[in-house]
Amino acid sequence: MRALTWHGRHDVRVETVPDPEIVNPHDAILRVTSTAICGSDLHLYDGYIPGMRAGDILGHEFMGEVVETGSQSTLHKGDRVVVPFPIACGECFFCKKQQFSCCDNTNPAETSDATETMYGYPMAGVFGYSHLTGGYAGGQAEYVRVPFSNVGPIVVPDHLEDDKVLFLSDILPTGWMAAENCEIEPGDTVAVWGCGPVGLFAIQSALIMGAHRVIAIDHYPTRLALAKELGAEILDYREVDVREALAEMTGGIGPDAVIDAVGLEAHGISIDNIADQVKSMAFLVTDRAHAFREAVLSVRKGGRVSVPGVYGGFADKFPVGAFMEKGLTMKTGQTHVQRYLKPLLDLIEQGKVDTTFLISHHAPLEQAADMYKHWHDDQNQFTKIVLKTEMAVPKAEQQEVQHELA
Amino acid sequence: MPEQDTQSRGSRNNQTALIGAGIALAAGAAGFLLARRSPDVHDDGNNISDAPDHVWRRKTGRYEEGLVGRTVSINKPREEIFAAWRDFTRFPTFMENVETVEDLGDGRSKWTIKAPLGSTVELITRITDEIPNDRIAWKSEPDSEVQTTGRVELFEIAPNRGTAVRLTMTYDPPAGLPGRAIAKILQREPNVQARRDLRRFKQLIETGEVATNAGPSGRGEPVNQPKI
Repeated sequence: MRALTWHGRHDVRVETVPDPEIVNPHDAILRVTSTAICGSDLHLYDGYIPGMRAGDILGHEFMGEVVETGSQSTLHKGDRVVVPFPIACGECFFCKKQQFSCCDNTNPAETSDATETMYGYPMAGVFGYSHLTGGYAGGQAEYVRVPFSNVGPIVVPDHLEDDKVLFLSDILPTGWMAAENCEIEPGDTVAVWGCGPVGLFAIQSALIMGAHRVIAIDHYPTRLALAKELGAEILDYREVDVREALAEMTGGIGPDAVIDAVGLEAHGISIDNIADQVKSMAFLVTDRAHAFREAVLSVRKGGRVSVPGVYGGFADKFPVGAFMEKGLTMKTGQTHVQRYLKPLLDLIEQGKVDTTFLISHHAPLEQAADMYKHWHDDQNQFTKIVLKTEMAVPKAEQQEVQHELA
Repeated sequence: MPEQDTQSRGSRNNQTALIGAGIALAAGAAGFLLARRSPDVHDDGNNISDAPDHVWRRKTGRYEEGLVGRTVSINKPREEIFAAWRDFTRFPTFMENVETVEDLGDGRSKWTIKAPLGSTVELITRITDEIPNDRIAWKSEPDSEVQTTGRVELFEIAPNRGTAVRLTMTYDPPAGLPGRAIAKILQREPNVQARRDLRRFKQLIETGEVATNAGPSGRGEPVNQPKI
């Protein structure tokens, strides 16, 4: 089959690899129909996440048709399913508590030592996201093995096209959980750093959950425009001082809750971020936590900090004084996707959540390597890329990327 | 301009004071750390910590003699876990280094264990203590190539936390220190092994399968073997 494989920093390739096979009783094999490139895939592309091996197949946002099942799988051939990015066993202490992304059993014994050393306890398995999270082959491929298929995948009705349900795999529930972690109360203002897919879904979710106002922060005009269409007020941090703006816009109180939907590769020219960039080059620090710091300093006293943005290692200058003295609460974590699938699918069916507004490009899987480059280099125009396994590669003269949203 | 001079001198003085304070703090911290590092500064004799015997000992800077141990919680009743552990012949399904376990009867079993450099070690163990659903202990027969004792205890840590399973082992590694060094390089050091084997055991008992990342990659490995 064809698959997108990682070979090093800024080096991904579409190549022919063996087809997956059923290995364990709860496995299923999927023929992938749609798969998206995630913002967190850029952390792999940029070489920020350790534990990658040349040849690893990427991709943790995917859906498709079940073509083969193990003896204990609850899926059936022909089922059309969306697969959550964290792999969960459904049986351990954590899964029973609905903390699916903390599953104790899905990171194989051979690969779980690294995160046990780094984080104290091993992380759960994740598709296509380094050997730290199990070294599982990802879904940016024609076929994928889905372990514990009895727990994660949700069968979706045929009348909902791929684009409408694909993001149940990650970014929609991730944005939703980010908003949920804000514990929104009537009258609340929520500030969101980062108007990438997760930030945009967090904005939409916060408004659905009753936030009085959402203020979105980014520096890409296209992304800020999408945030505005959703109903957010927007701040371009190249134009204004974000902390002052947020304080002034909230009557000097500050936002009640803040969401860091940026994570470890913050952009922007500020003293702390430049220091972080220099230090990260010297391996003195791994994560550039500018957005996180600004969120902690901007939130009101006694406010809530929600962190869906991905961090992997250590960050400098954590404003622990502000965090303690202001009496803040932080909630974070990889998304417990399995918990949100059914309620979010219902919202999609009822037309209460728009899941397609952010898709800027569709491309055949064959062009995935180019798409990674665009996703990395042109974040203003490329707001979300969906790869299709059965989409024809445009002929030479039409090799320009298909712009659905120009 | 005298005024400016005074100001810059003032800020220089502040800097000097800050640097001084910094050095003092650093010296204090270093002293504190050194004091903590020296063994048993309080000369208080016996350990007072309520930690199991196999936990790393700071005062001596090592594990107790040859003792390794690991505890996992398994979300299943004791009876089920004990039954699974009692059947030694199933061990190769989750113990990476155990090739076969043969039941010799009378509580004796013959183990064939993978050793460094492709060789194998055989040993015969005898059950020395067994209380159903509570604990089971074994010991190698005196003429075995490796001398080892092991014990599995099942207990409850707290309500709704499943069953805690604690494996502790003592061992005389083959060929002394070099054998252990090689074993460690090959990740067959008993500590690592105990950790991984218990993790696989937990996966097997809780889910009915051992999690594996077997699958395709661009490296051309077999798709049904783990990618380590």
